[in-house]
Amino acid sequence: MTHAAGNRANPGAMEYSDTVVRWFALATIVWGVVGMLVGVIIAAQLTWPELNFNVPWLSYGRLRPLHTNAVIFAFGGCALFATSYHVVQRTNQTRLFMPRLAMFTFVMWQLVIVSAAISLPLGYTSGKEYAELEWPIDIAIAVTWVSYAVVFFGTIGRRQVRHIYVANWFFGAFIIAVALLHIVNSAQVPYSAMKSYSAYAGVQDAMIQWWYGHNAVGFFLTAGFLGMMYYYIPKQADRPVYSYRLSIVHFWALIFTYMWAGPHHLHYTALPDWAQSIGMVFSLILLAPSWGGMINGIMTLSGAWHKLRDDPILKFLIVSLSFYGMSTFEGPMMSIKTVNALSHYTDWTIGHVHSGALGWVGFISMGSMYYLIPRMHGRTEMYSRRAIELHFWVATVGIVLYIAAMWIAGVMQGLMWRAVSPEGTLSYSFVESVKATYPFYVIRFLGGLLYLGGMVVMAWNVIKTIQVGQVTSVRVLPSMAHA
Amino acid sequence: MESLYLLVPMSVGLILMILGVFAWALHAGQFDELEQEGARIFETDRPELDQAQGDAQRLREKSTTSNKTIDG
Repeated sequence: MTHAAGNRANPGAMEYSDTVVRWFALATIVWGVVGMLVGVIIAAQLTWPELNFNVPWLSYGRLRPLHTNAVIFAFGGCALFATSYHVVQRTNQTRLFMPRLAMFTFVMWQLVIVSAAISLPLGYTSGKEYAELEWPIDIAIAVTWVSYAVVFFGTIGRRQVRHIYVANWFFGAFIIAVALLHIVNSAQVPYSAMKSYSAYAGVQDAMIQWWYGHNAVGFFLTAGFLGMMYYYIPKQADRPVYSYRLSIVHFWALIFTYMWAGPHHLHYTALPDWAQSIGMVFSLILLAPSWGGMINGIMTLSGAWHKLRDDPILKFLIVSLSFYGMSTFEGPMMSIKTVNALSHYTDWTIGHVHSGALGWVGFISMGSMYYLIPRMHGRTEMYSRRAIELHFWVATVGIVLYIAAMWIAGVMQGLMWRAVSPEGTLSYSFVESVKATYPFYVIRFLGGLLYLGGMVVMAWNVIKTIQVGQVTSVRVLPSMAHA
Repeated sequence: MESLYLLVPMSVGLILMILGVFAWALHAGQFDELEQEGARIFETDRPELDQAQGDAQRLREKSTTSNKTIDG
């Protein structure tokens, strides 16, 4: 046990490196509020276009990528950093490999976020959805990500238990896949300091973009958060995952099948038909591992369902899985070409994305943070349990309003656009469908406002928890004691 | 569809890499005695409690904690 010997000589090395976890957890809350606020603003702009104020950097077209980047990469990204650095230490019973490099990833990631928040409203964009940031920022992301991989896999390399817990497999796959996706999709030719052109053109560019786009959903927004799910749900429920064996099958099935679902974003485009069909088939196959994982997570409460009634954190975690199940059913259905002919380009897609983002990604992150943050401040409970309960219900009502409004609006738009009169002309002009959507945009705005309200309650609760808590270092135990 | 000349070999390469990692996991004994691995995350719970409370619990459970460490 060379590690243990080294640690005995240096007592400080016996403690988990939690500083970086604390900072990322705090950043998660801050960026959550900011990202969701921008979301509510652009929802209001779609309803009341006057809110663009004729100011270019406040216009919908520039704020929309700011919203997506803030919630996915700032809120979601910081949550992933915080939880992966926490889980990899606890499940492998060792402190972080190169903790200072881990702090470097924190500083760099915040710089990336701030440069996004400045450059996007100024109009600098590469025009690639979810990869809008210009090339200097892309390079900073790549550097951060490689450092992240070094810290994470280095920590696994010095683990004190032989078995690598399943959550680490999901986090590891997420880190490797995102590195690959980012580097391939961001291949570009710089033209000036803040302008570049993609290395690919036309339909090739579209194919690379949606290979990236869909796998970003698959690995950033799914695999990483499944890592959270497999650690924090068992911990909060205080029972092991329903079937550990199934969790391993879930992992391998998911990563073997995910990579080729991307073309379903390009149905009925210039992309060859066979490539579209492959995208559809792989999307349908994905239903199986997704639901296996969802059932596995929910069944962890089997025989202890009463905990769901009493524990608001478990409500977040388990309801997030039901949204995961809903959106991984809806997604494959929407990838079927005939369904896609109706749903594509409508607000149904927006509803689908938000059922996954607000319901699955948001709730699993919030639940995990409610578990993690008090423990990072010397406590086992948040400051206010009632505030967690309030957050849960406000956010749930918000999601239901949001996605129900978008489903109705989307199907209505699809039907209006394809309606043909007996004479063979279109029954509706486009602007008539926009007008019909208006009330649903109001409802969506209200749903988003509620969800943001819940996040503000969480931020208050976190500040209070930090105030009454005390930062204490936690010693790496117990296997060290036996060494 | 030149982009497929990039994406298809990359996907095949990736699948081979995943297969390689899977084979390593299999031979390294990652899948032996799987069900008990799910319960192990609770053994490390002690350090997360308050220091005083944690110490007491650690002493109590010292004998029962499993000894699955890497040798050498």
